Amino acid sequence: MEDKKKKVIISPSTKENIKIYFYKFRQNKLSIAGLILVLVSLFFAVAATWIVPYPEHIGAYVDYANAGLEPGADHIFGTDVMGRDVFSRVIYSFRGALIMSVVVLAISVPIGTFLGLLAGYYHGTVIDSIIMRITDVFLSVPALILALSIASILKPNMMNSMLAVTIMWWPWYCRLVYGQASSISEEYFVKSAELVGASKSHILLREILPNCLSPILTKMALDVGWVILMGASLSFVGLGEQPPTPGFGTMISDGAKYIPDMWWMTIFPALGVAFMILGFNFFGDGIRDMFDKGGH
Amino acid sequence: MLRYIGKRLLLGILVLFGTSILIFFIARVVPGDVANIALGSRATDAAKEAFREELYLNDILPVQYIKWLGDILHGDFGNSFITKRAIATDVKQFFPATAELVLMSGMFIVIGAFSLGILAGRHKNTWIDGLIRVLSYVGIAIPAFVMAILLLILSSRFFPSIPVLGRLSTSITPPTNITGLYIIDGLITGNFVAAGNAFVHLLLPSLALAIGPIVQEGRVLRSSLVDNSSKEYMAVSTGHGLPTNVLINKYLLKPSAAAMITVMGMDFASLLGNAFLVERIFNWPGLSRYGINAMLNKDLNAICAVVLVIAVTFFMVNLIVDLVLSKLDPRMRIGG
Repeated sequence: MEDKKKKVIISPSTKENIKIYFYKFRQNKLSIAGLILVLVSLFFAVAATWIVPYPEHIGAYVDYANAGLEPGADHIFGTDVMGRDVFSRVIYSFRGALIMSVVVLAISVPIGTFLGLLAGYYHGTVIDSIIMRITDVFLSVPALILALSIASILKPNMMNSMLAVTIMWWPWYCRLVYGQASSISEEYFVKSAELVGASKSHILLREILPNCLSPILTKMALDVGWVILMGASLSFVGLGEQPPTPGFGTMISDGAKYIPDMWWMTIFPALGVAFMILGFNFFGDGIRDMFDKGGH
Repeated sequence: MLRYIGKRLLLGILVLFGTSILIFFIARVVPGDVANIALGSRATDAAKEAFREELYLNDILPVQYIKWLGDILHGDFGNSFITKRAIATDVKQFFPATAELVLMSGMFIVIGAFSLGILAGRHKNTWIDGLIRVLSYVGIAIPAFVMAILLLILSSRFFPSIPVLGRLSTSITPPTNITGLYIIDGLITGNFVAAGNAFVHLLLPSLALAIGPIVQEGRVLRSSLVDNSSKEYMAVSTGHGLPTNVLINKYLLKPSAAAMITVMGMDFASLLGNAFLVERIFNWPGLSRYGINAMLNKDLNAICAVVLVIAVTFFMVNLIVDLVLSKLDPRMRIGG
């Protein structure tokens, strides 16, 4: 019994702690709603090609006989000017949006975190100044504008739009981790690790990093929605998925040419974006409440 | 106070130099042969050589950068690859339209967010508060460019008389150019028809930019109002029998506004970014539409100019936000 109690305090990943975390998470109904929206988005993204009613409409498919149909029994979201099923294309767009956010965060978060750790640990030194001034430079121009510039100079495709967004995304994590790391590095447990001669990599990765994890994870959950938004903005001007591959941004910009008559071409992809952004925002808020020490 | 501003300006200029290096790097190093992009691969060697000379492409990179920056500091952004016009002239011509759009959205945001925030704070946990909460979720979920398209659809259904494209109707001559902002110029010169027409044209694009920030920042104000209203000084003031309006406007609003104004400053970045898409949708002849066209045409000189102008604007706005905050909260003046 004694041992078990000790374990809870030392390791944060015991069964009891997960229970406490999940209890805090489900205190807010919106977090649960967010979780459901996120799970549905994941399902759409993974299973898109199997669950849509017209898988062949995802690619370069043309059927002018059925073009521009209003939402109805056969096509619940209607069809576009090429006669393709809007519902199938919207569901498939979840995949691109999710791939984009996973790739962007998987690359930019480790880079930003590492630089932030370095700058925070060497607080007040040249390393700190160099890293943080470079971060300031990247944050001195609105992210969307710099991402548009980078993506437009490169070849317009999905890969380069992900690259452009990644280049704009790490500074946020650098700044976040910097703030955390510079205050944690003053703590006694870091000082004592230094004293017993722990290596720098041990101090950075094993002492400081674990104490920065909860804000990083919270920001990641909230950021998925923003990356999706940024990706949709890029592909809205043609700097993302290239036709015929459907994406939220390209579908909205295609549809915008036919408003207000064929509103379904625009409204349903817009709802798709809203679905994902809202889901990940609620989910992210839930994660934040979960790590919140005070609160409920 | 002056020292604080001076320090901020100095640091800002340093960062802006960094920004110029970054955009120079993006525009000169990333794309490969700049002459090919500007002139097409079928241009004659002589033309390419002349072009390289003009952009200092034959020098080594650091020298290129210094010469390029020297020109920019003299107000010379080079010529557009597409139109061959001087970019400085273009920037001067297009900047006022974007300034007018951004100022108008800024006004909507400040008025709207304050009103919504106070409304929700005063009626907390009632249906009004709930409605504003739901609206804030809608504001998060709908990106500005989608909002622009939705407004286009709605206005064409319900208010077909609202003009949706450009700054002025073609039948109306622009007012005499004083500030470049049509509404203000129209009012100064007494040309009320033009001012009114410009206002109606501004309505939809500025709302498209403003609606998201209004509802989100209103929620920020609401929560700090609710937090502060349970503090002791409010209980004391209430006990003294101060009227509710004085209580809210004089004692509660000032400390509560800081959080929202901070968020407004941060959100200004996405406002400027979203203007790129919204101006394109509404065919608004501003710097942002100029910028996005430059990007889509790989007009490298113009991209650099637009990014730098935006960076300077963003920096100035953040400085203003900080000054407002330090006016509201004396602690900021010492801390900064």
